[in-house]
Amino acid sequence: MSLASAPPKTEGPALKVVYKSTTKPTWCPGCGDYGVVASVERALSSLQIPTHDVVVVSGIGCSSNLPHFLSSYGFHGLHGRAMPVAEGVKLANHGLHVVVTGGDGDGWGIGLGHALHAMRRNIDLTYVVMDNEIYGLTTGQASPTSTMGQKTKSTPQGVIEEPVNPIALALSAGATYVARGFSGDPKQLSDLIAGGIKHHGFSLIDVFSPCVTYNHLNTFDFFRQRVYKLENAQHDPTDLVKAFAKAQEFGPKIPTGLFYRAEKPTYEDLEPALKEGPLVHQKAGIRGKDKVLDEFV
Amino acid sequence: MKDILLRAGGAAGDGIASVGEVFCRIFTRNGFYVFGHNAYQSVIRGGHVWFQARASPDRIWSQGDGCDILYALDRATVDFHASSLREGGIIVYDPEKFSVPPEAVPSGVKALPVPTLELARKFSPQSILQNAVGMGACAYLAGVPLDTLDGVLADQFRKKKDVLEQNLGAAKLGYEYAQGKSPASNHALPVKGGAAKLLLSGNQAIALGAAAGGLKFLAQYPMTPATSIMHWLADHASAFDILVKQAEDELAAINMAIGASYAGVRAMTATSGGGFSLMVEALGQAGMTETPLVVVEAQRSGPSTGLPTKTEQGDLNMMLGASQGDFPRVILGPGSAQEAFRATVRAFELAEEWQTPVLLATDLYLSEDMHSVDREELPLDYAPSSLFTVPEPTNGSNGYKRYLFTPSGVSPRAIPGQKGLNFVAGSDEHDEAGHLISDVNAGVPMAIEIRRKMMEKRMRKLQGVLATTEPPKLEGPAAAEVTLVGWGSTALPVRDAMGILATKGVPVNYLNVHQPFPLHAESVAKALRAAKRTMLVEQNYTGQLGRLIRAETGIDLPVKLLKYDGEPLYPWEIVGKVLEVTGHVPS
Ligand SMILES: Cc1ncc(C[n+]2csc(CCOP(=O)(O)OP(=O)(O)O)c2C)c(N)n1
Ligand code: SF4
Ligand SMILES: [Mg+2]
Repeated sequence: MSLASAPPKTEGPALKVVYKSTTKPTWCPGCGDYGVVASVERALSSLQIPTHDVVVVSGIGCSSNLPHFLSSYGFHGLHGRAMPVAEGVKLANHGLHVVVTGGDGDGWGIGLGHALHAMRRNIDLTYVVMDNEIYGLTTGQASPTSTMGQKTKSTPQGVIEEPVNPIALALSAGATYVARGFSGDPKQLSDLIAGGIKHHGFSLIDVFSPCVTYNHLNTFDFFRQRVYKLENAQHDPTDLVKAFAKAQEFGPKIPTGLFYRAEKPTYEDLEPALKEGPLVHQKAGIRGKDKVLDEFV
Repeated sequence: MKDILLRAGGAAGDGIASVGEVFCRIFTRNGFYVFGHNAYQSVIRGGHVWFQARASPDRIWSQGDGCDILYALDRATVDFHASSLREGGIIVYDPEKFSVPPEAVPSGVKALPVPTLELARKFSPQSILQNAVGMGACAYLAGVPLDTLDGVLADQFRKKKDVLEQNLGAAKLGYEYAQGKSPASNHALPVKGGAAKLLLSGNQAIALGAAAGGLKFLAQYPMTPATSIMHWLADHASAFDILVKQAEDELAAINMAIGASYAGVRAMTATSGGGFSLMVEALGQAGMTETPLVVVEAQRSGPSTGLPTKTEQGDLNMMLGASQGDFPRVILGPGSAQEAFRATVRAFELAEEWQTPVLLATDLYLSEDMHSVDREELPLDYAPSSLFTVPEPTNGSNGYKRYLFTPSGVSPRAIPGQKGLNFVAGSDEHDEAGHLISDVNAGVPMAIEIRRKMMEKRMRKLQGVLATTEPPKLEGPAAAEVTLVGWGSTALPVRDAMGILATKGVPVNYLNVHQPFPLHAESVAKALRAAKRTMLVEQNYTGQLGRLIRAETGIDLPVKLLKYDGEPLYPWEIVGKVLEVTGHVPS
């Protein structure tokens, strides 16, 4: 049995960049996250970004194992702390494409504060949340996006808290690209992710990615029966008020697609220390700057 | 030793800290060594605050004992501090504000009324100008020439020319008023010492050391007494090309620093015990992902929010044990501003060389008090090496292995953006290539073997650190009646106490454990076994360094001087305890 898989392929033939890792995903058969990793792969390949210029950062959860199933650079960190790690990576080298991946517990529960702050900074990260409305890895407790009344291992009598609304949150926090995808529609999803990566600023792609093992309410069928595409509904993604209105639809009909997009300077654009290019390529140390000592006289 | 001590006291908002800084600089500029102690509270206005400047032609390390000139802005200052005045002491106060009855003035001390408000009104109705009059009077009493004071004020008000004129005028009136009423203090120093000294806080020394050591990214969340590191670096960020990020909390601060370091820049975060508590999980993440990281832990009195503006060394246990599991870490505890500067540069080297977190421990006393240093003690000519080297050994037949097993435990490090070296850094246990062994492989025979080897690889780094770092220094005479043992800022009052004890014919030396972890146990044991007597000196309740030494060497240090009231140790406390344990005075 081989524990270490073969070396990741970094470059494919001429125009094809291969993001597929030789490490096989360890998710349950049928898990929604397969569709998400395939869509991330497809999005990155379609943009022809060399694998060594991409860093995928994640936290902890079934979904957060995703960086291992891609051939880019990756950082698989702590539960809820992917976002600040990613911000550090981006600020150290804004020449890199930084994608953050994780679950609803990771991002909308323990890591919620970081997510909101990253959004208001409009830092150029692409955040892909595999929202299965449950804690998968810890075997099925309620998550912040679980439905009112939903019975889970930690809520045998049913959830009695309103779920977080990731789309509305992102809109109010200042994210400049706000989208929702569905693992059951990899074509739309990979386009949304590619759009997010190309977008100059913070992009969120919240993805319905069913947990086939622990969430028997929000199944593939549940979503298939309800989702409709904003791109087919004359939605104007430059209109924040309309985007908010669409974000409230969560019943018999649930919109997917791009809710909102705006062009704004990013944190990196405004940070004076990055004027001379990525920090990582700048000189370090203060050799020859002895004049600074005069302030202590 | 000749020294003079000036103390100013009043309420928060009275401008005591600026007066204190001027008191320090009128001496450093004339070439004297100075120590400035700032005693303040966690309120923005009101309460009682004071600042003490001690100056001497000889090297001094601490705030010293007593006071010679007390500039009292309120009656409480007289009540709280008059008893500290030494023989010949002078209380400067304004009779328009309050009176000082004879019974409030200790014998051998005199009260000198100076109409600070009245004289200040000649220039401005603003009452704050009274301090210029007060400083003028105190400068005269301390034997400092008026033009020295003028020079310091000119720099302080560099950007406010009109205010400067008023201040210079008021200071002159105060100076001349005192001159007409009293001889200078009998502790006054000669007019000129050696070459001008630099005056800086411990935190400024750390910030400067970080910049010199190649810092490119600081992420921090404000918390006393670490905050001024961020202030200073933010102020100098554009001159030094450093990115300073105020994070949303300490969890974010340390994780941002880890991300930046992973991406290839020297990164740091700084906090106090409360913030460090929040950083604990991420500290282990740096250890596990083998990401270099420097964390400044500026301790203050705990537990919990504790005494936010008071000092303590109570976080050593936490630093030793922070985060689950075993992983290599280094804890440095510098004992002066100069050492703090060098230790910060060293922290970056160690973090990078051993790819692991380094904790730079300081405390409120060292971090916020003002220290005088000679220019040469802050060399800025250090040239950090480039991180973009192609890691060796690289590929082999199995591809790049970020966590390759090596004799030193250090593996070749790639930086994102480098072609062909892609890897995933994982907080889960992983194999040499970085692949998880925590899920489907956990517990299978090969993974068990890898886990064991991976633990041993990481932990091996500690042996390397021990072999390449300096063991604790025994300061002072080789033959001593007592060997004092401590770490961090304890060195400051201890060094002054050693001087005093030497004049009393009681030679003592000091084992300065400037790197509590990994502890150079053999050197420590050797020094302790050779000691005639030992005495542990620490600013915490349980003697945390003492417990570490016992754990690592089996040697107990039964005689202890432990202080945990929030105030720094004073040399006389150490002198008193030494005289007691050596039988020079009855206990
Ligand atoms: C600090 C911390 N608390 C708790 C856990 C345990 N834990 C691991 S994953 C997880 C929840 C995962 O839920 P989610 O992010 O939605 O991911 P999913 O497994 O559903 O993809 C929790 C609570 C942890 N690893 N770290
Ligand atoms: S438990 Fe759920 S989320 Fe986790 S891998 Fe299985 S199906 Fe996916
Ligand atoms: Mg989940």
